[in-house]
Order: sequence, then C-alpha cells, then structure tokens
Amino acid sequence: MGHSLDRGEGLRLAAEGRGRVLRPSTARRTAARALARRPRLRLGLTLSGPLLWMLVAYIGSLAALLMTSLYHNETVGVATRMVTDPRLDNYQSLVDSSVYRDVAARTVLAAAAVTLIDLVIALPVAFFMAKVASTRVRRQLVIAVTMPLWAGYLVKGYAWRAMLNPESGLLREVFGRTPGYGLWGSITTLSYLWLPYMIIPIYAGLDRLPNSLLEASTDLGGKAGRTLRSVVLPLLVPSIVAGSIFTFSLTLGDFYVNRLLGGTTQFIGNTIYSNFGVNLPLAAAYATVPVLIMVAYLTAARASGALEEL
Amino acid sequence: MRSKALRLTLVVSAFALIAAACGGDDSGNAGGTTVPAQDVIGDGEGAVSILAWPYYAEDGTQDENYDWVSAFEADTGCDASVKYFGTSDEAFTLFATGDYDVVSASGDSSMRSVASGDAAAINTDLLTNYDDLAPFLKEQAWNSVDGTVYGVPHGWGANVLQYNTDVVSPAPDSWGAVFDENSPYAGKIAAYDSPIYIADAALYLMATEPSLAITNPYALDQEQFDAAIALLKAQKPLLAEYWGDYVAYEDNFRSGSTVLGTSWQIIANTLLADDPPTPVDSVLPKEGSTAWSDNWMVYSKAEHPNCAYEWLNYITSPPVQATVAATFGEAPANLKACDEADMAEHCVSYHADDAAYYDQLHYWTTPTKACLDGRTDVDCKDYSEWVTAWTEVKG
Repeated sequence: MGHSLDRGEGLRLAAEGRGRVLRPSTARRTAARALARRPRLRLGLTLSGPLLWMLVAYIGSLAALLMTSLYHNETVGVATRMVTDPRLDNYQSLVDSSVYRDVAARTVLAAAAVTLIDLVIALPVAFFMAKVASTRVRRQLVIAVTMPLWAGYLVKGYAWRAMLNPESGLLREVFGRTPGYGLWGSITTLSYLWLPYMIIPIYAGLDRLPNSLLEASTDLGGKAGRTLRSVVLPLLVPSIVAGSIFTFSLTLGDFYVNRLLGGTTQFIGNTIYSNFGVNLPLAAAYATVPVLIMVAYLTAARASGALEEL
Repeated sequence: MRSKALRLTLVVSAFALIAAACGGDDSGNAGGTTVPAQDVIGDGEGAVSILAWPYYAEDGTQDENYDWVSAFEADTGCDASVKYFGTSDEAFTLFATGDYDVVSASGDSSMRSVASGDAAAINTDLLTNYDDLAPFLKEQAWNSVDGTVYGVPHGWGANVLQYNTDVVSPAPDSWGAVFDENSPYAGKIAAYDSPIYIADAALYLMATEPSLAITNPYALDQEQFDAAIALLKAQKPLLAEYWGDYVAYEDNFRSGSTVLGTSWQIIANTLLADDPPTPVDSVLPKEGSTAWSDNWMVYSKAEHPNCAYEWLNYITSPPVQATVAATFGEAPANLKACDEADMAEHCVSYHADDAAYYDQLHYWTTPTKACLDGRTDVDCKDYSEWVTAWTEVKG
C-alpha cells in the first residue's frame, strides 16, 4: 500500500513538473534497468511460471507414463511388486498378442467414424450459422451448439443409454431401430458428445471466409456445389483439421462411454482400465499407443500445412 | 540449429529429472511390511475416510431411507467421507493410494492389499463385537495370515442367477442357462465384467466336465484354465453386454434388454422394490455359486486410525449389521444381528449361521501360481494371467 502511494505521489509531482520524483530503491532500479535492456530475460521471467507448470503437469505425466511402461511386475504368491529395471517386455507382449492390435484398430476406426459423422453434421450446421442465419439467430445457435457442454458427461452417457436401449429406447420408438449397445452404440454417443468441438472451429473458419469470395464464384458462373468444392472447402481445411483433432483424440482417450454403451466391445481405454490396477506397467505401455497415434496424426496434419493456418 | 539442440537438451534433461523423482519412491510399494496393530483406541481424529462397496456405508445421499453413517458421525464425532468402488480391482488400486482409512474388501483384493503392505494388522481386543461374529468367517485365508488378523468380517453372500420371470420360462436352475449356445434368450444375457468371472465358468465346468477335475474354481492349471476361457469365448456371442455398472444393469432388466444373467441379491431386491415391481427372481443354481465374503480392513498408515476402529466397532454392531444386511441382501457377519426386529427370516433365507451352506460356496479369492487347492505337481494361473485372458475373452 505504502509503495503504491509513494509512486502515485511521485508520478503526480513529476507530471506537474515540480518537486522531486520519489525514486524506488536502488536495487529495484538496477533490476528494472537490467530488465529493460534485456527483452529476452523479461520474456523468460514472464513465461517461466506457465512453462514450469507445462513441464511438470504435461510433460511430467507423460514422462512418468513412459518410464512406467518400461517397468514390469513380479508376482510372488498374491504379492505383486513393480520392478523398475527398464525393459521392453510390455511392448513385446503388446505386439505379440493379437487382441491388443484388434482393440487398437477398433478404437482408431471408431475415432475415424466419429470424426466423419461429426464432419458431415457440422458442415451444413456451421455453414447455416455463419452464412445464412441472421445475427440474432446466429448468436442463439452458437449458444444452442455449446449448451450440451454445460451438462455433465456422465449425465449425457446415461441419457444415451436410455435412448439406445434395444427394447424401449427413444430411437427404437421413433425410428423403429436402434444401434443398441455395442460398437455403434458407442460411436453414436461419442459423435453426439464431441459434435460441438467440430462445429465451433468450422463455424469460426466460415465466419472468417469473406462473402465476396462466394459472390465472385457465383458471378463467374459457379453453382452452389462447385463453389463449395472449389472455394469453401479448400479454405476450410485448417478448421476441419482442428475439429478433427478434437473428435479423434477425445474418442481415442474415452473409455466410460464404451463401458456404458459398448455392450461386449472394448476400446483402448477399457483395456487400460482393466489392467491398471493389476499390471500398471502393461497399462502404461498400452497408453502410449493413443499418444503415438495422435503424434502421427498431428505430424500428418502439420505436413499438410493445415496447422499453420490455425 | 543451435536453439533446436538446446531445446532438445532441455526436454531430455527435464524427462530425466522427472524420471529420477518418480523412480525414487516406487520401492516403498514393494514387499509386505507388517505394521504392528495399535494397542488402544485413542481420541477420535474427527474424520474418517471410508472406501466401500455400494450400500455398505450409506449416508442418505443416494436414498434418504438408507442412512446409517449419520448416526455414526453423531455417536463418535468422526466425520465420515465415503467413496464407492465398483470392482475389487478398483478397491485394491484406490486403497493403495493411502487416501482411505478403511475399506470393505472382498477376498479377491484383500490379500493383495495385505501383501502390498497397505493393510494394517488389526488388534481384535479393541473390537467390541468380534466375539459375536460367525466363527467360520474369522481368521480365514482371505482375512488373516498365520493368526494375524487383517480383516474384520462384514457379511457374505452368493452371486445369484437373476432372470425376468415374464420372459424366461421355465425358471432356470443351472448356470448352463447363461452358457447354452442354443439359448432362446441369446442376445439378452449378461455376464459380470471382471477377470474373476472366469471362476464362474470354472465352477460350471466343475459340475459338468468331471474329466477336468476342477476342485476349486480359483485354482486352475493350464488345461482347466483353457477350458474355462473357451467356454467364455463361446458365451460372448450370447451376451447383450458385460456389466460393470450395477445401476445401468438394473435399467437393462427394467427395459427387458437383458433378461438373464449373473447378479447380486441387492440388484434383484432393488428391482422388486420398483413401483410397479420389475418381474425378476434370483436363484442359487444347483452347481452352487461363486460368492463374496467381505472384510473391513484398515490402512497401514491410516490418517485417522482411531476413527477407523470406531467405524469397525460401529459397522459390526448388531443393529447396523441388520440394517446393512437387509439393505444389501447378504448374510450379516454378526449373528446377533439376527435377533434384531424382522431379521429372523432374513437370516434363515441367507443361511447366516449355516456353516455347511457357507462351505458350498466358492468365495472370491486371488488366484496364485501356487495352486489354492493344494496341488503341488502343477502351476496354476495367477491373477495377472486371469486379467490377460479376460482381455482376450472380450476381444
């Protein structure tokens, strides 16, 4: 409190052009001068807090995961002990056993299906929001699209469980058929859950797209389909990639929706869950699979140049 | 180029630093260190953290009619926080975090917690109700080691075969109903989603395939194990789902999407208490059944050991035992609970003091390499192999 008063007073006196400015202590002056001359140091100090957090929370947990995946369990009687000398045994058994490959392939296919379904739904919705709807309706639609994010994930999962019920679910009542509980039950629910994450980036991308480009295409004789193919979609690729990163990675990491709605199928997440209490190193090794898939996905997205446009 | 190298060095050294930090404390997890039991119950710490199966420690938040934790808090001044778990693997993992003072452990996790050093030896002299607990529950293979007690019996019961009485006819009396490849109920059958369910298949083979000579469904050598896994793989196409979430499972019976499957008595009771009642019944099939025998255990470095003992004394007292047993649908460990109001019939139907009946059931136990049935000429499959096989069954 005292400091700020001093400084305020000093500034006032200085501004009035009389009296002397109350100066900060010498140490502070030296530090301030040093910082003023070194923009990089200034930047470093500003970023060090968040960077440290990133390092510990993000990279740290990933590092712990990678380290654990190299350990292995030793069982004597009922006692299981984690042995920490690093080996690649867990990865070997993942490669050797066909079930882990099948589960990974199924999960990737589900993630691709969810992404595709969301894309097909999101494109027209986002186009309507950005280019057709009035400002008022647009605002309401943005709220409507993001509204489901305010409800709990579990609530939505259980709601879909009721809707997909093969005997009495809403889908069966209305359409006469339902995917039921199984792979398609999970894909349907996950498509619903992650849809806003696809709509919003595409909407933002379309919003940035100048109407003059659409008009120019029409003036040159382009019909709606041609305009969409040759003008809109190429400019939207970065937005679509951004949306797909969300839908794809969220599906890869999900396990509870599949536990509720997957019937007898399992995803990568379910397999990790059933192993982590009993064989943590194996679970950790398997957990690197979605990480690697996402790294590959992001690398491909980067190679296509899509990430630079984000 | 230089900055790239620098960045790489930074990242690598960060990894190394973190790895070193993490590597350090793993050794603490190893080996079964025995912590001596405490001598007295001191002043309460004002709080206790309880890890329990659903319906074992109800505080009225799920259903206002079910509340016996509030009375405990009022009696002892120990503020109870309750966390539920859904499977024994979950119980074991959560208990190992050290965040909980007590756990209601089933036999397939209890001895793992003892071996990992997470469970404290219990001084039974401090327990006010220990003498009244059914003798065949005390100091068994799943709650004690060489006379040192780690678990205080809570209650026990069998996994039952539950079916929709409107749909399933005639009433099933065998586990064959859930394994029959020509079942008319194919697609509407459910199995329990846990590696321990392999024992249910082994139990059925025990009765139907005498040539396999299975005597204990938790002690399976390679051949016996393979037969059980083959049975489970053949069962998979019949299933609507593997259930892990009992609330969702109840809804399946309500809607009719599942009409037949392994279940707990509490699930059947809940469905029958619906308005109107969901038409289900539950039977103990002629092959007998797998079962649970649950025990309260105290964490070896419990933050609130005195309140933990207070909880043990409270939860094993006759009136509370009667309430929990009636709510959950199991036999109470404390036989005096049978003298409480309206409990006589319950204790008869659940065979609470029937040691012969108790012996027919096969309680969840952690399978080990050394065969639990005493065979020494073969190796049995240990639990980690059960887990791997279970992943393969689900595919």
